[in-house]
Amino acid sequence: MNLMEELWRLLIEPLTFGFLQRALLGALLVGAMCGLVGVYVVLRRMSYIGHGLSYAIFGGAVVSTVLQINFYLGATAWGFLAALLIIWTSRKRIVGADAAIGIITTASFAIGVIVISVLRDFRADFDAALFGNILSIREGDLIAIVAVAGVIAVLVFVAYKQLLFTAFDPEVAGIYGVRTGWIDALFALMLAALIIVAMQVVGVTLIAASLITPPTIARLLTNSFPRMMLISTLVGAFGGVVGVYASWYLDWATGATIVMTHASLFVIALVYSNLLRPRLLQRARPTGERPAPAKAPPP
Amino acid sequence: MSQSPAASTLQPIVSLHGVTVAYGRTTVLHDVSLTLPKGSFTGLVGPSGSGKTTLLRTLMGQVVPVRGQVRVNGTTVGSGSPPSRIGYVPQLETVDWNFPVTVEQVVLMGRIRSMGWQPWPSVADRALMGALLERLGLATLARNHIRELSGGQQQRVFLARALISNPWLLLLDEPTSGVDVKTRNDVMALLHELNQQGMSIILTTHDLNSIAAHLPQVVCINGRVVAHGRPDDVFSPQILSETYRAPLEVIRHQGHLVVIERDAPQPSPAQQPVGSSQ
Repeated sequence: MNLMEELWRLLIEPLTFGFLQRALLGALLVGAMCGLVGVYVVLRRMSYIGHGLSYAIFGGAVVSTVLQINFYLGATAWGFLAALLIIWTSRKRIVGADAAIGIITTASFAIGVIVISVLRDFRADFDAALFGNILSIREGDLIAIVAVAGVIAVLVFVAYKQLLFTAFDPEVAGIYGVRTGWIDALFALMLAALIIVAMQVVGVTLIAASLITPPTIARLLTNSFPRMMLISTLVGAFGGVVGVYASWYLDWATGATIVMTHASLFVIALVYSNLLRPRLLQRARPTGERPAPAKAPPP
Repeated sequence: MSQSPAASTLQPIVSLHGVTVAYGRTTVLHDVSLTLPKGSFTGLVGPSGSGKTTLLRTLMGQVVPVRGQVRVNGTTVGSGSPPSRIGYVPQLETVDWNFPVTVEQVVLMGRIRSMGWQPWPSVADRALMGALLERLGLATLARNHIRELSGGQQQRVFLARALISNPWLLLLDEPTSGVDVKTRNDVMALLHELNQQGMSIILTTHDLNSIAAHLPQVVCINGRVVAHGRPDDVFSPQILSETYRAPLEVIRHQGHLVVIERDAPQPSPAQQPVGSSQ
């Protein structure tokens, strides 16, 4: 058996299992959406929000389960309110954005922990929410992931200019008629919904990495906003799929393997953008031409 | 007053009556009343924290006064409703130069009101942008990242973003800050050209001598309007000292007003320029 046939076998074999098909599709969509929405998270310098919000939503997930409210509706509403509160508090400069995220999200997480500690006979297993359990994705979960991915893709497409202007210069965007309050609310809703469906794939503790690493890789590779969105989405999806395959064959935790795949891609992009690309550009440049000095350090 | 011909009509582009603005318990502008006619070209001067930028933000509806009325082009400016047809050029220091946007992407942001929810610019929008970039000498830089430009080019990119919205009133926050003399003169010449075509312009600056040399009208602010009029009338040691709460002198050199700091550190004899004029 030659190498190509062996590789093909390694790719196809997991697809014979239904649960792995669902895991791969879930990782592909969640990875792509985290990459897409993460572009705005990173460019708005709110990288910490993904991390904090995932903890906040854990509190909402616990309360929803205890109160027997639909998990997706309860946790989304909880996360949406937490995200809005964070954005509003930091925008009004009542306290700094980092402090607002820290206080609101840890308080929200603490509510979940208190509920679990009070109801000692509470049997629900929140390990999956904390660390992810993509191999246990059911059809209903996959439908939720597909729905959230579809809605986010449509919203990002339709509100592309408004999201871009608000991320670049929120104050001036308001002057030019962009309803930045609505755009912030839309962003908060997208983020909350995405974190809830991503929870099962990578887990609360690792969601931030999926939101931050792909756009950071993309930023290293391009200066164009649309290209950054495209690269980040592709890197997110690629890392998700490769992570599931790697975790299957290496028998590693899936969420952590996805995160490490993205981290490995980041190292490659970092080496390329800092060491290889300057040399390639130097070779391609005609003799005597000097590069234009950059006014700001690279990201 | 050497006001532009376009300012002949006396209908105000901006009128503030008894406007008081506060951030929390700190009052930044107190009982400001000011009327600027259509087609005027006005410089706002005052020390840091005097309320210059706050006045611009009030005109744009970004800050709601605790008292008083603000009207722009006859329309009352209310909370959360920025007046249409205002172009704004922010301080370059506030721009995130690491943000991945090209010149054309920044300029097209200025068309967002007319583009509505359409995700991409129309052919007409792109044609308008092309013509504007050509006019401002930026046509060959359209695909460049904004960080790759010189200070003067960057200033013109944000001016282009303001102009593409076809504004009646152009507001600029410190447009001559941090740029060299040639760039400053180029920017001022361009603004004069726009003013001659009828556009009303208000800019803030710390550069008193540039105002004296280029602008027909000046407003001195320090929490309130200290003086308003032509630089020849307003730039007196008394008014400037009251505005800046620092001793300033005004001398006339070859027909131009020159504002100097009275207590500025003097250069050592070895640094004195040869043949300095008086």
